[in-house]
Amino acid sequence: MPEQESKGDPAPATEMSEAVSRRAFAARVGLGAVGACYAAAFGYPVYRYLAAPARDAAELAAITEVTIPRENIPPAGSVLMFKFGAKPAMLIHHADGGKVCFSAVCTHLGCTVQYQAAEDHIHCACHGGVYDSRTGKNVSGPPPKPLPRFDVIEETPDGPVVVKRV
Amino acid sequence: MAQSSSSVSDAPPRGPIYEWLNDRLGLDWFLAFARKKTVPDHAHTFWYYWGGISLFFFVVQLVSGILLLMYYRPGEQAYDSVREITYAIDFGWLIRSAHSWSANLMVLAVFIHMFSVFFMKAYRKPREFGWWSGLVLLGLTMVFGFSGYLLPMDDLAYFATQVGLNIPKSLPGMGPIIEQLVQGGPDVSSVTIQRFFALHVVVLPLVFLGVLAFHLWLVFKHGSALPPSEEVKPEPQRRSIPFFPNFMLKDLAMWLFALNLLTLLAFLYPWPLGPQADPLAAAPEGIHPEWYFMSQFQALKVIGRYVPGMAGELLGIGLFSMGGVLWGLIPFFDTRKAGAARARAITWFGLAVVLGLAALTVMGYWEVWSVAE
Ligand code: FES
Repeated sequence: MPEQESKGDPAPATEMSEAVSRRAFAARVGLGAVGACYAAAFGYPVYRYLAAPARDAAELAAITEVTIPRENIPPAGSVLMFKFGAKPAMLIHHADGGKVCFSAVCTHLGCTVQYQAAEDHIHCACHGGVYDSRTGKNVSGPPPKPLPRFDVIEETPDGPVVVKRV
Repeated sequence: MAQSSSSVSDAPPRGPIYEWLNDRLGLDWFLAFARKKTVPDHAHTFWYYWGGISLFFFVVQLVSGILLLMYYRPGEQAYDSVREITYAIDFGWLIRSAHSWSANLMVLAVFIHMFSVFFMKAYRKPREFGWWSGLVLLGLTMVFGFSGYLLPMDDLAYFATQVGLNIPKSLPGMGPIIEQLVQGGPDVSSVTIQRFFALHVVVLPLVFLGVLAFHLWLVFKHGSALPPSEEVKPEPQRRSIPFFPNFMLKDLAMWLFALNLLTLLAFLYPWPLGPQADPLAAAPEGIHPEWYFMSQFQALKVIGRYVPGMAGELLGIGLFSMGGVLWGLIPFFDTRKAGAARARAITWFGLAVVLGLAALTVMGYWEVWSVAE
């Protein structure tokens, strides 16, 4: 392309050759456009094909609440790991009977965290991050933010437990 | 695209990118070589494109096959995963359809390529190895088709494979070998799928690519053969065009045409998926193999009517194997020295083979469809 431009105005090019080079340029642009159309026509379905599961997961992640049957609620002093949409979450049943629910995805680099009953804190094995087991606040190690919290709603003492995005 | 087409023109000064690459890779040498190569230009030039078209469909098979691998699960879940690809994954139906259509078009193109080579007598010295490696590629293509046909594990796939494997099983001593080594049990099962899968996506592509490289190297070494009608002309009367860029552009145009045709077929006639295979259900009425196995299938059926039982199968398989071997030995019968009468006889023989295969195929479909109705 640059050669064509340099050939441009100042040189006493005949009208003939200018017309030819203009036509060659137009042909090249046309070919490029057709090529781009083909690339798009084949690239788009392939892109959508490959992206389908990620889209499904994103749809799954859009849910706002999960209902946990009573019989799945763990005994006091232990934890239930479950999936909130596509991602892991944890329902901690504290020894004093309180229930809290957090996303179980470490805010540092995304490992799944664990509840350690003995220390009563949430621990991430990947880089030693520690979170408070009642508030989800990051208390030591690399995590930059608290764990996102979900509301725990118990309408009746024996009915199912609903956890909700805040 | 635009960059490379600019280097097609005869102007020697090329862009700085070209020069940069040329200093390191010696592009000039390749270009000069490609330009020196010529392709004969005559009334039958059309038939030279079919090898390239076959190659094109093979490339489509590689690409679409890799895409299908992203979701296909061999074994127990084979059918479910293909159903997912067909109905749940965006454009999965299109990619599967393109893979199946392109497989069939590839077989067709390979057959046309083979028969055009045959009638142009392009198997003669020094191209015998081209003929043999081509026959090996045809065989591999058909095994590709046979193994790929089973992978969705719908009812047609299941029974077609069952029938297809039972044919060689009737040969003495072959039964246990097929059961133990190919089928992995007394029947076609998820174990068979797993094996066919390994064959289809690993073993066959590796072997195929090796033989293909050999085949293409020979084409490059010997160039395109002249049909006898051109060979008799004195040298100055023969015309030819440079391989690069002239023939290559025409090749590309053919590929573009093939691509458009394939897209149209895959889009307008999406490849169907039958109900899941159920070994307890009766085989569907009018079950038949893919069209490229139809002539053999029909021949066995016809022979079976006159020579029932194992003897008939043996006879059929024997005839077809013999025919295949003879077909491979053609370069030894039909040499330039053997004379015009022999050459003509071989051409008639080739015509008889084409017509015979076509007639058996038509007859096969006729019977299958009249039963199905
Ligand atoms: S990922 Fe949890 S501390 Fe690094």
